[in-house]
Amino acid sequence: MQRSVLQQELDQNQEELQRAIDDEHWVRDLPQHLKRDDRYILQPSVTQCEHLVFGRLSFKGFNPDVEKLMKIHDHEEELLAACQREKEQSITEREMAKRYSALVGIISKKFTSKKRRSDAVKDEEDAEMTRAPKMFLKPEENS
Amino acid sequence: MWFAGFSSTSNMETKQLARRVVMPGEKINALKNCADSSKIILGPGLRLEDEDICVAKSGILRFREPNVYWVDSHQTRYVPVKGETVIGIITQKVGDTFRVDIGGSEQASLSFLSFEGATKRNRPDVKVGDIVYCRLLVANKDMEPEVVCIDGQGRSSGMGVIRNGGFLVRTSLSLVRKILNADCVLMKCLGNKIPFEAAVGMNGRVWVKARSNKETIAVANAILASEYMTNEEIKNMCQRLADALDGF
Repeated sequence: MQRSVLQQELDQNQEELQRAIDDEHWVRDLPQHLKRDDRYILQPSVTQCEHLVFGRLSFKGFNPDVEKLMKIHDHEEELLAACQREKEQSITEREMAKRYSALVGIISKKFTSKKRRSDAVKDEEDAEMTRAPKMFLKPEENS
Repeated sequence: MWFAGFSSTSNMETKQLARRVVMPGEKINALKNCADSSKIILGPGLRLEDEDICVAKSGILRFREPNVYWVDSHQTRYVPVKGETVIGIITQKVGDTFRVDIGGSEQASLSFLSFEGATKRNRPDVKVGDIVYCRLLVANKDMEPEVVCIDGQGRSSGMGVIRNGGFLVRTSLSLVRKILNADCVLMKCLGNKIPFEAAVGMNGRVWVKARSNKETIAVANAILASEYMTNEEIKNMCQRLADALDGF
């Protein structure tokens, strides 16, 4: 009897110990992550830092394939630069949406001229005219 | 180098900071204070030691808009960096891979499948001693570098074995950077005078080929001579070179 109780206690202790070890395993034993690290990006390549051009070059049609490649690279660069410029100069989408949401009512009023507005009224009248007066319709006897 | 890789900046502090000679072990504390909101990109030669930015190379501190800093140094030993294009020489064939000398501390490996259009059946025609223009796929200080001759879409895009003669010259890494800088007029100037083709590897190897051996050597010498020249001097040199080739 006593033996079984002892055994039970031992088992429980073992289990607790195991759990403690497991918990420890699941916690990453790392020093506190520094906030400053997020401010820096490490870029080991000079090519990226200095924006160097593609290293394959050909001039005066010596190697047409390479010249085609050069043209493609140049075009990409230009596109990138143009995108950047546009981003800086143009109106943002948010700004545009804000302005339009305010303007849309005023502009729509301006575009629905008097004629249109009267048209709309007339249409309603016509509809009323063509509509038959409501009355009881006696079903036909077919049988 | 004479042209700095940075343009005008409103921040006087960063302006003064850049273009300064720095030595390894120096801590750059001014970087911490400036550029409050945006992230700072630390290029080669700058290292993050706990909280400080440490210089790891001797050279000139450079800055480029909006927030890129790096150290510009004179160096001839290439340290492989992932994503850079280099010129390698095939030294050995080991099973399905080639060993390529890219000028680094260790030879790089190049799989025979990483050529355009290569399959297990259709092996690329590469021999020991060939020159390859390739891109570094793996560059780790603890691992052997690996190079490939295709881009992400499986196209060669200018890479692969370079054949049909030409001339391979070794230069310093800073000269390669100068040649490939968009502000440098050397290649455009030479290209206006002489039709030629070149492959410039970031490991300090430049392969050139023109119509004749004479012109090839002239172009190679012009490239080597331009290391410490200004744009004006380069223009003059190209003019003189073209005149000499024409026999004036």
